[in-house]
Amino acid sequence: MAIEINGTAAEAAPRPGQCLRTFLREQGNFGVKKGCDGGDCGACTVHVDGKPVHSCIYPAVRAEGHSVTTIEGLSSEGELHSVQEKFLENQGFQCGFCTAGMMMTAATFDEEQKANLPRNLKGNLCRCTGYRSIADAVCGSHAPDGGVARSGAPAGSGAVAKGSGQLGDNVPAPAGHAVVTGTARYTLDIPAEQLPGLLHLKLLRSPHAHARIVSIDTTAALQLPGVVAVFTHEDAPDRLFSTAQHELYTDDPDDTRVLDDVVRFIGQRVAAVVAESVGAAEAGARAIKVEYELLDAVFSPQEALLPGAPAIHGEKDGETARISRPQNNVVAEVHSELGNVEAGFAAADFIHENTYQTQRVQHVAMETHCSIAWVEPSENPGEDRLMVRSSSQVPFLVRRTLARVFDLPEDRIRVVAGRVGGGFGGKQEVLTEDLVAMAALKLRRPVQVEFTRTEQFTATTTRHPFTIKVKAGAARDGHLTAMQVDVVTNTGAYGNHAPGVMFHGCGESLAVYNCDNKKVDAQAVYTNTVPAGAFRGYGLSQMIFAIESAMDELAVGIGMDPLDFRLKNMVRPGDHMLSTHPEPEEDVVYGSYGLDQCVALVRDALERGEKRYRDAGLDNFGPGWVTGVGSALSMIDTVPPRGHFAHTRLTLLPDGTFDAAVGTAEFGNGTTTVHAQLAATALSTTASNVAVRQSDTDLVEHDTGAFGSAGTVVAGQATLLAAQELALRIRAVAAEVAGVPEADCVLEDGAVRCGSRVVPFTEVYDAARQQGVEAAAEGRWGGTPRSVAFNVHGFRVAVNTGTGELRILQSVQAADAGVVVNPRQCRGQVEGGIAQALGVALYEEVRVNDAGKVTTDILRQYHIPSFADVPRSEVYFAKTNDQMGPLGAKSMSESPFNPVAPALANAIRNATGVRFAALPIARDKIYLALKDADASTPTQLTRI
Amino acid sequence: MDMNTIESVVATTDPGQWRDGDAWLAGGTVLFSYGSPVGSEEPLKRLLDLGQAGWPAVTVSDAGIELAATCTIAELYAVPVSDAVAGRNWPGLDLFRPCCDSFVASFKVWNMSTVGGNVCTSLPAGPMISLCAGLDAKATILGRHGSSRTVPVAEFVTGDGKNCLAPGELLRSIHLPASALAGRVAFRRLSLSNLGRSGVLLIGRLDADGGLVLSVTAATKRPGQLRFAAAELPDAERLAAAVGHSIPAELYHDDIHGLPEWRRDMTLRLAEEIRSELLDPVPDGPPTVSGDFWPPHATSPQPSTQPEFSTEQQKEA
Repeated sequence: MAIEINGTAAEAAPRPGQCLRTFLREQGNFGVKKGCDGGDCGACTVHVDGKPVHSCIYPAVRAEGHSVTTIEGLSSEGELHSVQEKFLENQGFQCGFCTAGMMMTAATFDEEQKANLPRNLKGNLCRCTGYRSIADAVCGSHAPDGGVARSGAPAGSGAVAKGSGQLGDNVPAPAGHAVVTGTARYTLDIPAEQLPGLLHLKLLRSPHAHARIVSIDTTAALQLPGVVAVFTHEDAPDRLFSTAQHELYTDDPDDTRVLDDVVRFIGQRVAAVVAESVGAAEAGARAIKVEYELLDAVFSPQEALLPGAPAIHGEKDGETARISRPQNNVVAEVHSELGNVEAGFAAADFIHENTYQTQRVQHVAMETHCSIAWVEPSENPGEDRLMVRSSSQVPFLVRRTLARVFDLPEDRIRVVAGRVGGGFGGKQEVLTEDLVAMAALKLRRPVQVEFTRTEQFTATTTRHPFTIKVKAGAARDGHLTAMQVDVVTNTGAYGNHAPGVMFHGCGESLAVYNCDNKKVDAQAVYTNTVPAGAFRGYGLSQMIFAIESAMDELAVGIGMDPLDFRLKNMVRPGDHMLSTHPEPEEDVVYGSYGLDQCVALVRDALERGEKRYRDAGLDNFGPGWVTGVGSALSMIDTVPPRGHFAHTRLTLLPDGTFDAAVGTAEFGNGTTTVHAQLAATALSTTASNVAVRQSDTDLVEHDTGAFGSAGTVVAGQATLLAAQELALRIRAVAAEVAGVPEADCVLEDGAVRCGSRVVPFTEVYDAARQQGVEAAAEGRWGGTPRSVAFNVHGFRVAVNTGTGELRILQSVQAADAGVVVNPRQCRGQVEGGIAQALGVALYEEVRVNDAGKVTTDILRQYHIPSFADVPRSEVYFAKTNDQMGPLGAKSMSESPFNPVAPALANAIRNATGVRFAALPIARDKIYLALKDADASTPTQLTRI
Repeated sequence: MDMNTIESVVATTDPGQWRDGDAWLAGGTVLFSYGSPVGSEEPLKRLLDLGQAGWPAVTVSDAGIELAATCTIAELYAVPVSDAVAGRNWPGLDLFRPCCDSFVASFKVWNMSTVGGNVCTSLPAGPMISLCAGLDAKATILGRHGSSRTVPVAEFVTGDGKNCLAPGELLRSIHLPASALAGRVAFRRLSLSNLGRSGVLLIGRLDADGGLVLSVTAATKRPGQLRFAAAELPDAERLAAAVGHSIPAELYHDDIHGLPEWRRDMTLRLAEEIRSELLDPVPDGPPTVSGDFWPPHATSPQPSTQPEFSTEQQKEA
């Protein structure tokens, strides 16, 4: 009784304990994705006899004698299923990793099911989009023109715009067809025949929070069938490095080994087993015997700072490892005072003091960390190359780090990223590549590692938890007299991104306000817990939660409208943007300024929203319900500091189209489209004529990577420069062909108009060849000078004081993204940021117990927003034109996340009178805090 | 995910075949969701597959409803609109769908997961436990040596993930008595997120004999039940005292899905709502089902407030 897959009987039979998902992938159906492998996310949805099921929890043996349909079988004879067409039309995806499962589910819906998507899509999680575009795709778009998103206009959704394919157009993602047909190739979607002899690597991880490894006995493991090798600290290079990836590796402390003889958190790598199958590798890991010498552990940064606390990296030299004070567990610190805060507080009429806390959260990119490494042999001895295919935001930096760790020249390593299934900062690290590289170099066979969802939660990285003591003062006339913060960040067992996150967090969050007196004390502290790392917002979201909450309290304290208070104190063009240095950052300028517009857009939208509810008679929620509004603003530098480099090579092809080789990675952020549009604009053609190849270290010289929202403003700038240069070359060639002066030639519609003669690009190509001129150009950009971008978020909420239930009545965000290259995509970035931030604001939390163990290690314990949780937000763009960014564009992928949590806390404060200073603000905590407040001061509760 | 330690799948319904390292395989949705992690101490070796048991999923008689342990959630969801119960005056059927919708798992998972599997997983938020406890269901358990026994489902579950099954014992079926199905019912549920895992789930039932039964699940580590005879129906104060007495503080569950203090206060709140609904004389009508999923929404609970684009707005800005 064979399993029939998409109409063909499978030749293979499943293993006894195999789930249907892995069986289908083994048969080459790579469109079946692993998001959670536990039945929660739906990325693996297939049909069995027409019924949708989660194939990861479907015993494969049960499918024997039944017919299975995967995404590959949804379309017939090359004709897309109507659901696929709609997802393509509405661009109902970003990274695309959840898309096949989403479509396989939606394809089974009748009209009744479509009418209740919160219920019927709750088994399909998407981390990128915020679900709006998915709703439009499943139900059919109701806003046909998505093209309009100019100043103050709502950013539309809707179908593919039939526009110029250049700047300001809703050009669809080039990978769209591959995404909706399940043929887009993510990291591990490599057919077995292309990697003969592929081995699998599994990790034995530490059960102890702090211990020295006394001995590891691998004898029994090595005797198991299928086990090929076991790697321990004895096999690993001595070199210390940081898993964090930056343009300058010196930005992070060297405190990590590939495999260490000291484990510093529960879940740290102890040994790596390489075997012929995942099952054999798991069995090998089970058979390893490890003897540990337990060491004292410390789990909170406050305790880690106490005298006598165990020094987690105490054996390291601070200067060489770039750790501020290893004996005190302090990785990095900053202490600064501008003006005199004491004098500022003396001048204040109202002072707010509170301690704000942000929790550990996980990125939950749908594709878990994974990579494959192999050695490509060369005929010339010593010229073999290490090949790595990884789910990475930073392939060029991965190459650099592997070269450093394994002592190889960079040109002997090639790192490639396929399509990446979401990043959010989590893939700005080397967490898997070093392992497979080590194994492949030793064994000379391809080696693959794929993390489980539980490994993601327990042993990769999280957002840095911050404890932020704020003291801020304001005078009755509304001016801010002093701001003081004392910040302790918890970087976990390793210092990857600890300095950067701490510094960046304390930057724009404070610099956005004019205030003569600012004091900052901040420390990033080691603890024996899962390491923190880069996370969307990079420290800003944590600090902005505290600062924007405090600004709200100051406004309330002096009896001023909170938005008026912000308008009075926020920076305006010409104001110095200051936080921890008396002088502004040299290369940060107001390339454009739209903060004032953003504030106005949000204020107006909130007023309209209130009126809508009132007019519809929906503003009375009944007994026990209170309502309120709140908002928050945020600023972000458009490029990370200290250099962010990009290189593009653009080539005219014989058929008159272009090839763009760029370094930056695509993980749903949409930069591929942006690059094509920027190049098309400069070359007077359409985006569909520019094919972008990317994220391969062999393609271009260097690219710092897709982080710090640099995909558009840095890599895009390099592409634009290359395109502009190529346009000039094309014009010169065409001028010669036509025999007219260059000044009389102009590029238009895929050709050059030279006086009365039109020279098509195809002819330009031929002429260039004959002239011996290469019709190609390069562009480079170093990421400086930088500009600033802004986001303002507003909420109207209703809170049930009897249960703690929170309802979001209205969600509005205004973004200052400069000239918006692709409005639909940019709107998607904003919506996705809002959704992710709502999860963080309302319930997401990686919990660590008293023994240092992560207890929320599956998606059923770590709820990320589902369709039912996310309101449709109104998104507006300010009308600005940036002098620094490519064609006036600014960055817009991290920043929409940043103002959401404080805006929500401020709205809840406005509704209930209670300040929530710790995230997440879950319903149980809302209820209990209101109960406490009611008990202590029954009249304090402001009921609107 | 793959259960790589499984060496064989054996089709059987005979508990006599069970040995150490075995697990009963019903829908598989829980077993396969955990796989065989490297850290697990005694990994499973065999799955005893109930997939070919052929037990009728739902059997309706005057005595009530018999659910096979292998009855899928999808099959259960279909019961209230099935011919088998047509004409039966069983208000208790109104609990079936809200309980199914209390699963955090999607309707897709319902095609595989089973009533018995949910009861045997024995999590505080197991909605089949809520349903069965609320309707005084009894579980029939087959022993390894040909014996069988019955246990009220409310007592079957003994703690968070714990139950009264001895190794190898098999949950065969669950009987929902007609007397309970004939009672008037009320359903209340709260979760920390929309359509999320239940943090508190209460079911009330007023029987023909005038007695009131209140079943508390999700809020507590195991089901809690309060029974009041017709002659001793409580007022608000006595109900609150009874809840406090029957459910000690330590029985409230503490995990990411709700703080115990919140669960306790919500239990008191929902208990009083149910008491008032069932005991205060109201005209006959459908029971009140609370929960953010019920009644089914015609649209998203938070529909778009985005105004349609107009040139006027563009000018304004």
